[in-house]
Amino acid sequence: MTDTAPAVELAGLTKTYGPVTAVDGLSLRITPGEVVAFLGPNGAGKTTTVDMLLGLARPDAGTVRLFGGTPADAVRHGRVAAVMQTGGLLKDLTVAETVRMTAHFYGHTRPVAEVLERAGIAEIADRPVGKCSGGQQQRLRFALALLPDPDLMVLDEPTTGMDVEGRRDFWQAIRADARSGRTVLFATHYLDEADAYADRIVLVRQGRVVADGTTAEIKNLAAGRVVRATLPGADQAALAALPGVRSVEVRGDAILVHSEDSDVVARHLLTRTGARDLEITSRNLEDAFLALTAA
Amino acid sequence: MTATTSPDTTTDARRADRRPPALGGFSTGVLAIEIRRVLRNRRTLMFILVMPAVFFLLFGLPSRGDKLDNGLPVTGWIMISLAVYAAMVATTSAGAAVATERALGWSRQLRLTPLRPAAYVATKVVTAMVLGLLGVLVEFAVGAASGVRLPAHVWLESGLTAWIGSLVFAAFGLFVGYLAPAENVMQFMGPALAILAMLGGLFVPLDLLPDVMRQIATFTPVYGVGQLARAPLTGTGVDWAAVANVAAWTAFFGLGAARLFRRDTTRV
Repeated sequence: MTDTAPAVELAGLTKTYGPVTAVDGLSLRITPGEVVAFLGPNGAGKTTTVDMLLGLARPDAGTVRLFGGTPADAVRHGRVAAVMQTGGLLKDLTVAETVRMTAHFYGHTRPVAEVLERAGIAEIADRPVGKCSGGQQQRLRFALALLPDPDLMVLDEPTTGMDVEGRRDFWQAIRADARSGRTVLFATHYLDEADAYADRIVLVRQGRVVADGTTAEIKNLAAGRVVRATLPGADQAALAALPGVRSVEVRGDAILVHSEDSDVVARHLLTRTGARDLEITSRNLEDAFLALTAA
Repeated sequence: MTATTSPDTTTDARRADRRPPALGGFSTGVLAIEIRRVLRNRRTLMFILVMPAVFFLLFGLPSRGDKLDNGLPVTGWIMISLAVYAAMVATTSAGAAVATERALGWSRQLRLTPLRPAAYVATKVVTAMVLGLLGVLVEFAVGAASGVRLPAHVWLESGLTAWIGSLVFAAFGLFVGYLAPAENVMQFMGPALAILAMLGGLFVPLDLLPDVMRQIATFTPVYGVGQLARAPLTGTGVDWAAVANVAAWTAFFGLGAARLFRRDTTRV
């Protein structure tokens, strides 16, 4: 096992449940230290991918390598830890007992008091888990995941079902833990979470990666404006050659020009061509997300 | 956040600390938490400690003064039978706790830790046996306090047999636990155990049952342990049919639990 190996390497991962293909040839490589959002609508295959990545589910095809080894190796050596969506806690244990018990399952861990503190649940340490709110339980799961001081932290939709305040507290705890060098992969269907906490966004739809880039790059996909006009027989090549133009689409008599500089396009269309009914609309990250992930 | 989290020390420490746990994660620390957890549960305490003791006071004490054929007290017979009952309820419920933990998703959570499944099961079995011992001891204490007087070797041999024999019920509990992932598994296990105890001759001597019932009863899982635990008292010696009964049921539940356990831990 070398330190130069990628933190995560998924190759051609496929999983079907009966007639449903949940994950469809998904490949992904994450280098150590990256904070990656795995973003997609419900049913995009995020949880299935996370399950296979952690070794909880067996891929029908494809391979999973974590730090060059199998998921089981990474789990056994405490290199990967995960915060799952729901369940996984004993209601009759207290918060501190849950952490202490879990600590015994590892060869070595961070001190119990330290992870309680870092997860922001030190003051409810003696509360029975069954009496904790959803957000508190989620921070407890986070505390458990902090125990082995993992090189890779996986969070599967960690804030689903939390109210706004719970989500903020949870992400604050994650942020406070910004240990340098820890790789973080979190699945989410909240665009703003991906935007606020990730360095890189991997967009998935129907079990496939449909876009992958830095947060800035993904935003760029959505940046700029769309200029729409009626222009029969448009010279597509000339439009595409304009500065800032990213794409030109012709739909019958209408053209759609996606550009970083809509002024240039508009000026060109109105002064050099017979274009009419000109419209300029802006796109945002939400639009890009919808465009890229809509079925 | 603190001095211990400075990058240099953690990186060095991390390299050194990436070893899997000793014994697959089996530890006395977990056992202590597990046992405390059970003892904190009032309903469980009721079933494994209070009820068998109350049964003795209700059904044992009226026989005070009665003697067995060998001159030893009938209350001793009842006390040992109820000690077996206490141990079986304790070990079954401890084993069946895996049903609750599977239903709550705790077993799945454990798969994300280095804990070996075998260490998890070992923890459950040891917890069950500690509780079983407690059940026997409480029953014997109640008996002794109520005036049961037996030769020292009977206390010891019967107590040990009742306790060790309850291993079959720890296996039974695990078997049920891996069969049904339900949070409230003990709600139907309680009555089931009472019926098994009845058929096993723990509540009334089997001689009082109709002949056909008695024949059937000798093949049920509680019969063997009860017979063997009372043997030091009745002086009947080792009943090989009872030994075969215990061995067969332990093998059946043990292998059944192992099979279901493998199915449970196989990745899908």
